[in-house]
Amino acid sequence: MNTKVIIACCFTLMLWNQAFATTLKMAFDADPISLDPHEHLSEGTLQFSHWAFDPLLRWDKRGELEPRLATKWQRLDSHTMRFFLRENVRFHSGNAFTANDVEYTIRRLKNSPDFRAMYDSIESTSVIDDYTIDIHTTTPTPLLLNIMTYVFPMDKRFYQGRDQIIKHGSSFASQNVSGTGPFIIASRKLGNSMELVRTPYYWDKNSLGNVDRVVLTPIRADSTRLAALLSGDVDFIFPISPIDIARTKRTSGIQVATIPTTRVILLHMNQDRREEFKKLKVRQAINLAINQKLIVEKILKGYGTPAGQLTPDSFIGHLKDLEPNYDLQKALQLMKEAGYEQGFRISMMAPNNRYLNDEKVAQAISAMLARINIIVDLKTLPKAQYFKELDNRSADIMMLGWQSDTMDANNTFEFVVACSDVNTGLGIYNASAYCNTNIDNKIQRANREMQPDQRRRLLQEIEQTLYNEVPIIPLYWQALTWAAKSNVKIQDIINNMNHPYLGDLVIEDK
Amino acid sequence: MLIFLLRRLIQACFVMIIISVISFAVQDKLGDPVQQMVGLTVPQDERDQLREELGLNDGFIIQYWRFATRAIQGDLGTSYYYKQPTLEVIFQKVPATIELAFCAIILVVLVATPCGVLAAIKPKHLISRLLMIISSIGLSVPIFIVAIFMVYLFSIEWGLAPSFGRGQTTEIFAIWDSGLFTKDGLHHLLLPSLSLAIALMPIFIRLIRAEMMEVLQSEYIRFAWSKGLSAPRIYFIHALKNTMLPVITVGGIQAGTLVAYTILTETIFQWPGMGFLFMDAVSRVDTPLISAYLIVVGAMFVITNTLVDVIYGLVNPTVRLASHGS
Repeated sequence: MNTKVIIACCFTLMLWNQAFATTLKMAFDADPISLDPHEHLSEGTLQFSHWAFDPLLRWDKRGELEPRLATKWQRLDSHTMRFFLRENVRFHSGNAFTANDVEYTIRRLKNSPDFRAMYDSIESTSVIDDYTIDIHTTTPTPLLLNIMTYVFPMDKRFYQGRDQIIKHGSSFASQNVSGTGPFIIASRKLGNSMELVRTPYYWDKNSLGNVDRVVLTPIRADSTRLAALLSGDVDFIFPISPIDIARTKRTSGIQVATIPTTRVILLHMNQDRREEFKKLKVRQAINLAINQKLIVEKILKGYGTPAGQLTPDSFIGHLKDLEPNYDLQKALQLMKEAGYEQGFRISMMAPNNRYLNDEKVAQAISAMLARINIIVDLKTLPKAQYFKELDNRSADIMMLGWQSDTMDANNTFEFVVACSDVNTGLGIYNASAYCNTNIDNKIQRANREMQPDQRRRLLQEIEQTLYNEVPIIPLYWQALTWAAKSNVKIQDIINNMNHPYLGDLVIEDK
Repeated sequence: MLIFLLRRLIQACFVMIIISVISFAVQDKLGDPVQQMVGLTVPQDERDQLREELGLNDGFIIQYWRFATRAIQGDLGTSYYYKQPTLEVIFQKVPATIELAFCAIILVVLVATPCGVLAAIKPKHLISRLLMIISSIGLSVPIFIVAIFMVYLFSIEWGLAPSFGRGQTTEIFAIWDSGLFTKDGLHHLLLPSLSLAIALMPIFIRLIRAEMMEVLQSEYIRFAWSKGLSAPRIYFIHALKNTMLPVITVGGIQAGTLVAYTILTETIFQWPGMGFLFMDAVSRVDTPLISAYLIVVGAMFVITNTLVDVIYGLVNPTVRLASHGS
């Protein structure tokens, strides 16, 4: 009799829950390809990591670091940082979260092909007690806190012994999760839908988040995704194409949220392929002939920020005076002085489904270059094929978008500006063949410089040199745009990394 | 007869080998799968190692040989994205596509037959002329425009039908995931099957009309009139039967178009079927899955065509004789 009553009670409670559960249906352009947070360094994986796991610390909306599983931190000496961890946190498996889990996670990150490079500077960790851990670095590492935002502690007792990272095949960690995050996986049909349910035991009692259930559907086609929102089938979408933004804003009951990001879109002029690009005047002329402001205004409909440098103003090292310039007369003059009044013919490649309106931007650029008599043979490709061509540097001008993983300018310089070196991995996306040992030197120093002012000066000097020598043409920083029903308070949980913190999302009653 | 069968079988095998070579050869042109598997900042040596593990560094012949020997044993490789055998992945998606195509075909039959017959019986009638105009517009408007327009009207403006997905499904006999038995599933089926039907309908309306008109001129119909049979009986029993024979033949040929159209429809409506799977695989450079899809679809064509030939041979001995040559 008793059991029956209990079952009946449970059942009623379940129904009650179902009836009052707040569900968020969302459609993004991609879903996490694996449940293993260390398998693939991609937006989808990191988004998922913020839902099922918690980082030691994370970026808040203003671009400041916010304590999560680490409550505070303290620098012991130039090579060591001590982290104090949150107590009374449990993993989904029920195991308690301790410093051992952090140590385990960092060791695993150092074995992950995708994340390894970021943690090269970490030499070792030492567990002081259950809630204190020291991180030792090989060199002074100014960006240690930045890379710690990628440490999402994994449940050591749950994963250990079956934790291989397998990129092309099934592994335990890619199918099973035990994190500390607000959500657990209820069901998952790869490429089709993923359902997350809020755990009642979530440690963050201050979080206002009231979403009990999340249904994520990856929808790749822009029009289908938008239609799903407008017809009310989903509550929250990303991304939304610039030409649809105005129309969506006019729809009642729908809100659009845009924030500028640090992803810079730029052009590389390959000096190895073209003699002309070796001349400073030609590079300057090309830079002057491209009207960044017009591109942002007309093609991106204002959803971007014209760039005259690689460093966005939220990073240290940004120089206020470096504005994008447009001066056609001067560009023509420079071409004449360089001896190319008649112009020349070049090839250019750009992706057509990677960045916001990338194909249209590339077309606009080829039209702008035509005005200084540079005839551009433009080829645009889907991203699947484009990045192969980028690796091969198949055209004279190549387009690239770069988002710094560490939220610091030096990461951009390392990959996009530094002299190409296959062995160190430096400059692997430097498709301009520009090589300046002076800059390389400063990049290395900035990686070890612990004095913030000194470091800022180094980064600014690099930026100033780039501005003077124009090896690369910065175009703009892309903005991110989400849309949602008005009662879904997405403004509070979105950020320029595109990691919506769904655990803190509030959905108001209509 | 046995020799005829054997001949067709050998031909079919030959065609399948060609299909497998082509679908394997395109792999190389679709992009770099390794690029899709790693983050932008992953160093070159990690990429090289992954490439080596996937066996992408071997020559084309070696890679194809490895692929072919496994394929003969029924293993068409493992999907990079789903991390499951590709055939398994594809067959999981078959029910969705078949249900979509099935509903579209039913709609086509139910709508195109009466429309075609009407246009043939009363060619001068206003409705018939309207039908002809609409069907020629229908022939020239691409399916994605129709589909997007329908989404706009039916789901955004009027809120009558969901805009994407398959809704709730039920499992039948533990293998077939069906959307035909729940209200939600049928509701989701509405727009995709309608768009697919609209894409296929015009050609059938025109075909039925033309065939019907020809049949109505024939001797036996005139005889039926003079015998004093009722009009409905002549139109729908005597004439329609003979009209449908060539229509069915063309319908068989149209199966290819149907496959192409399901790819488009499924992409627009996020319908989790084979076509959608294929498009996704292309954008993810999931090369084993792409090859497997092409081979499965190729095999479907080869099998149906072989069967049709065999049946023809059974029904009509001249076909069999002709294939013997001299």
